[in-house]
Amino acid sequence: MTLRIERSLDAPRWLRVALPFLSLILAAILSGIVLELSGHDALGTYRQIYSASLTSTGGLTATFVYATPLLFTGLAVAIAFRMRVWNIGGEGQLYMGAIGASGVGLLLGGWSQPLVIVAMMAGGIVAGALWAMIPGVLRAYLQTNEILVSLMLNYVAGLAMYLLIYDSQSFWRDLTSPTALVFPQGKNLLPAATWPGIQLGSFTLPLGFVVATVLAVLLFMLVRATRFGFEMRVMADSPNAARYAGMRTKRTILAVMAISGALAGLGGASQIGDFGHVLDPRGLEQAQYGYTGIVVAALALYNPLAVVIVSIFIGALTNAGFALQGPSFPSGLVGTMEGIILFSVLGGEILGRYRLRFGREPRHVTPLDAAGAEADA
Amino acid sequence: MNTDLVVSLIVSAIVYGTPLVLAGLGELLAERSGVLNLGVEGMMLMGAVTGFYASQQLGGPGWIVLIVAMVVAALAGGSMALIHAFLSITVRVNQIVSGLALTIFAGVIGLSTYAGQVWNIGGQHGLHQLNRVDLLGLGEVPIIGPILFDQDPFVYLSWGLVILVTWYLYRTRTGLYLRAVGEAPRSADAMGVNVTKYRYVHTIVGGALAGLGGAYFTLAIAPIWTAGLTAGVGWIAIALVIFAFWRPDVLVLGAYLFGALSSLGFTLQAYGVQMPSEIFSSLPYLMTIVVLAGASTTMARRRIGTPAALGVPYVREEG
Repeated sequence: MTLRIERSLDAPRWLRVALPFLSLILAAILSGIVLELSGHDALGTYRQIYSASLTSTGGLTATFVYATPLLFTGLAVAIAFRMRVWNIGGEGQLYMGAIGASGVGLLLGGWSQPLVIVAMMAGGIVAGALWAMIPGVLRAYLQTNEILVSLMLNYVAGLAMYLLIYDSQSFWRDLTSPTALVFPQGKNLLPAATWPGIQLGSFTLPLGFVVATVLAVLLFMLVRATRFGFEMRVMADSPNAARYAGMRTKRTILAVMAISGALAGLGGASQIGDFGHVLDPRGLEQAQYGYTGIVVAALALYNPLAVVIVSIFIGALTNAGFALQGPSFPSGLVGTMEGIILFSVLGGEILGRYRLRFGREPRHVTPLDAAGAEADA
Repeated sequence: MNTDLVVSLIVSAIVYGTPLVLAGLGELLAERSGVLNLGVEGMMLMGAVTGFYASQQLGGPGWIVLIVAMVVAALAGGSMALIHAFLSITVRVNQIVSGLALTIFAGVIGLSTYAGQVWNIGGQHGLHQLNRVDLLGLGEVPIIGPILFDQDPFVYLSWGLVILVTWYLYRTRTGLYLRAVGEAPRSADAMGVNVTKYRYVHTIVGGALAGLGGAYFTLAIAPIWTAGLTAGVGWIAIALVIFAFWRPDVLVLGAYLFGALSSLGFTLQAYGVQMPSEIFSSLPYLMTIVVLAGASTTMARRRIGTPAALGVPYVREEG
């Protein structure tokens, strides 16, 4: 009896199902090693994360506060990456959405609440989509690398927010209240521009999360069940076939970019309407929801429905990061753990490619057999 | 035009361009072997934080401490690159996703920030800093003195590396094999070149250079550590490789151009020009976009420079 490692073409079904869980266990072990090496108690930390994000008072509500933006940015990344359009500008598109939605909210604060909410959503969608059109147009018409362009625009969008609040007399900036004269800050939105959450006992479900979940279902259907979705999949998986079939690549790239940017922009609108009620450059920048959306989408294997589940999971981790922030739980730990989870899931693919086999040595292959096998192939 | 202004602009262009030269050369080597590593930003930050920590902890003569700190930074960058190498070369996952994962893991929300917090080096002022070395006593020569002969050792090192990499790529057998691995891995494999080994080695060396580039911030520019201090320089380095059409000589010029843009704000402010700092700060990012778009129109016509197998995992058809 010997133990051999050999290639397998198809991973068995049970392994496909078990793989994500095996990866998570591996990630928990690796994160535990990092924690212990840096002088923290790994099991104690996991227990703290669990209680801060689930069982403590308000823990679950707070988890959804972080899950909501991650669901938007996760969907934005999922739809783009699934189509091999590498939009990593979710961060900047979210900022622009926040700028757009808060601008609309400030402007129309006197209207009736449902109208203001819809207008704010539209403001976020338009701002995010337009910002995403910059890398989209450059990619579609000049084949410019959209990874770098969308990423550079994240920094530009961040600086634009800072300019609006800290370094100009803009419409967004509070120029009257006494505290604002000392510490620059944004104007607060009126109550009509506040999005109502859905109250389920002590748990509050943000309106944004509901909207994003509906959008996740719509996106799933768009990809699976429409002609547009079919064309997108063909272009992503076999660009040559798409070209021979005469599909319009440019139009599809632009559409994917616009949808992706609109989703991230709506996430920015939700940041204003659901949670912040003011344009807060520092808060948005520290949260890094756009980049974390990449983690969410990759863990969900770019499936919009799975993004909903994963966003809650990563939202819980992010929430724990903010709730526990301090010497025993430094803020850098969250990204470290997210990175480890991502590496584990990516690395787990190798398990699907090789299998362990117990048994006799393979029979000796003669040159004649090998030639025969080649001819068969 | 005011000569002092021009000279000080060039000097600061070189200072701010040096991390780009180092990280860009590293990415260039990795990409020449066919591995796209988007983790540069994370690798740089790891180099910056570990290099600074090492320089704070070690005792002894300043120059030995700084050399050890640079080695530590290079090792940190290289070990980060090893993760990407394993995932993209051995496991053959999508290189874009793996590189992004590396930047998230090691970057501003991840391990580099965490390490800075665990080591508690946030507010510390550095004990050691690489100073400028007046080479051959020519630093006082007008104009070319401050530009060529009065830089810190990192800058001289980066110039040496540019010459070395250019010679390596175009004048050595291994350099030829490296280019073959990036252009036509199957042919290289048939020639007996170990594609996997070439890719691993160049990805890891690339990471080490990125680590050095990061350490330049904390050991030379200003001896302090703040989380995320590279602020996108790693990404600009990746863009620079494209813009330089994968050539080290063009890369240096591009790096100094971006260095000039990064420092333009400080220089002009020193000369009394008033403008919101955000406008100046956004210049390198906007310029990157413009340059990339410009380069892509040329490249779309004749795919200059792009290694043909860039981003494509190599699978040998076997048993």
